[in-house]
Amino acid sequence: MNRHLISAGDLAKDDALLILDTAEELARVSERSIKKLPTLRGRTVVNLFFEDSTRTRISFEAAAKRLSADVINFSAKGSSVSKGESLKDTALTLEAMGADAVVIRHGASGAPHRLATWVRGSVVNAGDGTHEHPTQALLDAFSMRRRLGGLDGRRITIVGDVLHSRVARSNVLLLATLGAEVTLVAPPTLLPVAVGTWPCEVSYDLDAVLPKSDAVMMLRVQKERMNAAYFPSEREYSRRYGLDRDRFAKMPDDAIVMHPGPMNRGMEIAAEVADSPRSTIVEQVANGVTIRMAVLYLLLGGETVA
Amino acid sequence: MIIKNVRILGGDPVDLRLHDGLIAEIGPGLTGAGETVDGGGAVVLPGLVDLHTHLREPGREDAETVQTGTQSAARGGYTAVHAMANTSPVADTAGVVEQVWRLGREHGHCDVQPVGAVTVGLEGRQLAELGAMADSAARVRVFSDDGKCVSDAVLMRRALEYVKAFDGVVAQHAQEPRLTEGAQMNEGVVSGRLGLTGWPAVAEEAIIARDCLLAAHVGSRLHVCHVSTAGSVEIIRWAKSKGWNVTAEVTPHHLLLTDDLVEDSPVGAYNPIYKVNPPLRTRADVEALRAALADGTIDVVATDHAPHPVEDKETEWSAAAMGMVGLETALSVVQEAMVDTGLLDWAGVADRMSAAPARIGRLPGHGQPLEVGAPANLTLYDPSGRTPVDPAAFASKSRNTPYEGMTLPGRVVATFLRGRATVLEGKLT
Amino acid sequence: MSESRPESRAESRAVLEGPDIHRALTRIAHEILERTKGADEVVLLGIPTRGATLARRLGERIEQFEGVKVPVGSIDITMYRDDLRLKPARPLGHTELPPDGVDGKIVVLVDDVLYSGRTVRAALDALNDLGRPTAVQLATLVDRGHRELPIRADYVGKNLPTAKSEKVKVFLQETDGREAVLLIKEAAK
Repeated sequence: MNRHLISAGDLAKDDALLILDTAEELARVSERSIKKLPTLRGRTVVNLFFEDSTRTRISFEAAAKRLSADVINFSAKGSSVSKGESLKDTALTLEAMGADAVVIRHGASGAPHRLATWVRGSVVNAGDGTHEHPTQALLDAFSMRRRLGGLDGRRITIVGDVLHSRVARSNVLLLATLGAEVTLVAPPTLLPVAVGTWPCEVSYDLDAVLPKSDAVMMLRVQKERMNAAYFPSEREYSRRYGLDRDRFAKMPDDAIVMHPGPMNRGMEIAAEVADSPRSTIVEQVANGVTIRMAVLYLLLGGETVA
Repeated sequence: MIIKNVRILGGDPVDLRLHDGLIAEIGPGLTGAGETVDGGGAVVLPGLVDLHTHLREPGREDAETVQTGTQSAARGGYTAVHAMANTSPVADTAGVVEQVWRLGREHGHCDVQPVGAVTVGLEGRQLAELGAMADSAARVRVFSDDGKCVSDAVLMRRALEYVKAFDGVVAQHAQEPRLTEGAQMNEGVVSGRLGLTGWPAVAEEAIIARDCLLAAHVGSRLHVCHVSTAGSVEIIRWAKSKGWNVTAEVTPHHLLLTDDLVEDSPVGAYNPIYKVNPPLRTRADVEALRAALADGTIDVVATDHAPHPVEDKETEWSAAAMGMVGLETALSVVQEAMVDTGLLDWAGVADRMSAAPARIGRLPGHGQPLEVGAPANLTLYDPSGRTPVDPAAFASKSRNTPYEGMTLPGRVVATFLRGRATVLEGKLT
Repeated sequence: MSESRPESRAESRAVLEGPDIHRALTRIAHEILERTKGADEVVLLGIPTRGATLARRLGERIEQFEGVKVPVGSIDITMYRDDLRLKPARPLGHTELPPDGVDGKIVVLVDDVLYSGRTVRAALDALNDLGRPTAVQLATLVDRGHRELPIRADYVGKNLPTAKSEKVKVFLQETDGREAVLLIKEAAK
């Protein structure tokens, strides 16, 4: 494992499997009455959130606390950051506080890379701009592995705004590493121009891909994309790329439905699909804590890298 | 003054006698009274002329001043620079251009030729008083909204037509604004992976194509700033083949660096030291630009020297300023990209970095052939050896060079402005 | 215990062979039955990797001898170690409690080698988070001495005097494909 977790692409197959296997053991901890482990006692984890994301922050906070780490939440709002302090000065402040790990969520792609050049502790990317969200991909892989029994050769379809999705980028990289066959489905406007160089297939036709999918991951569609003319209307998007009951019926009987949340019910996913027993959406949240415990343990649970 | 043992455009060793700001005598074994400088076999080029420099004064003296910028230019072998208009206040009146011109004269490290803004405040709405700037003491001939594109087709047409009255030229920063909203880096394989908003080549090429057609239509001169794509080269080649009066420049960094440095470089991913407008492109673009500079499709190497203070670069990528300093590394980069690759000889370098920019900028006394009676604006350059780039040694106030830690060939030994040394032994006099 | 091969310059000697291990476990199984008066409330918890194997074998023997089915599980102590910061993060072992848990039971912790006692200390901590046994006992195949904590074994297969510079390695069929306990003397460096 590297010292940081910034991109899912930095994980070799062995690293990724180690995280998933570790999470598998840690999942049992969540089931018992005493959910706390003493492992990271004396370690400090800073949650540095420049974007509002209560779900992700709480998930990291719960993970760190279950490992007995001290947690400092640093949110950009109302802090010196909103008064114009630079990311670098914030980094130096955290450094002075002795942060062993900084979990960063930032609106700018690459902010975790920059942070990693200024702090000695481990940097964990909790979502940067339109770049990556590696722990989301790990928890998705964890959820899929549990439901599908493995990932090697499984056909995973990711549907929606790939261009702006950090979840899609991290998932494509991680799933390719783990041997899954990924297909991206989106209107051409919401795919990067060079998506042909990614380790996956691309299709514009959801109906053709669904019957050949073991898992379908629906991405959130930001409504402001419509105003920027990425697609003509919500209705048209929903009709061509939404997962409604009829499309759901085209999927194999044991195929699962995923969504990183928060969902636009009725837009990219129908409510009854989201609530179906084949949806992993609720367990994805629970698995988030587990996978983040695994990541924090593997980054901080050993000797400190000088 | 006698300069011993130099090679004119890399030819056989000779001596030069300078007198009254002119080259007085060229020949072997010159002797006589006065100061003698040993050229040590250096290549002599006509003093370099930069068609595209940001001196930042007035307004951003924390990044650069006319004094430090021209010192940086002299260190890089330049005897004249065109100071871009995007200062604060904008150089859109006779008053501002004269101020910059006068500051250049006072400091005396190289000639400063102000560029005038095309539109008031670079806002792209109303023509600036181009004639007043042309008629001022600064006698402005190059007009540019550089940093911003004159995207309004009607305004661009009018500007092209209007400057004909005083033999001016519009230097266009070709960037279609709608296609580059929020753009961060070249749109391609790397931008897709990094999740940075793409800056498509077509945003540059579409404007260049339109402007070439406009210039042809109204019979005007057009100069294209910092060409960065293979497609732009094709369009300019086509326009020139039609006999249209179009010239173009390329920066040293677009001749050497590519967009994959944003993802993978010795200074880490997303390091804004590589953030520049227009963005670094692909290897194929670099090859096309080199070929175009070699065959004359691109006329000029211009630095687009863009100083920024540390705090504007030590940030996350999207928050960082765009631009790189370039005056003190330009000649070495051109040697690396063009001379050492066999694409250009020293006569070619003299043309692309001195004669052609002086001609396009209508700058008298610069870019002249190195012959008796010509102004003694000279650059002595030793192409042997390679040295690591050390930003701390720059004369520029800013350090935002993409070459830090890289080893580049050659060094400027001396620079002479009208017979007076501005740089000797690589140091400012 | 890692299964790394003895280095070429190291000298190793088998202190227990397959039949010795078999006999030692049989004896421990009998002792557990005796000490716990029939092992009715006993839960065997092995410390991965080889302790878990030994716990399974003890459970099988007790069932053979008395027909009592003793619940067997494993308890990973990695997250409770006091030396985590001395090495890169380690992969976790498997924790598997019997369905009825450990509350009110007599837990017998099983490990292959008892040395400093730190592993057992970690196991006690881990156990504390899993429930409240009425008593905790300790079984080990080899006690090699050099305790650093006030911990002793209730059941010992073999007391083996060692020097601190020596290593003790346990090989079991299930994990290593052979049965032996080796005492390894490192050659002088």
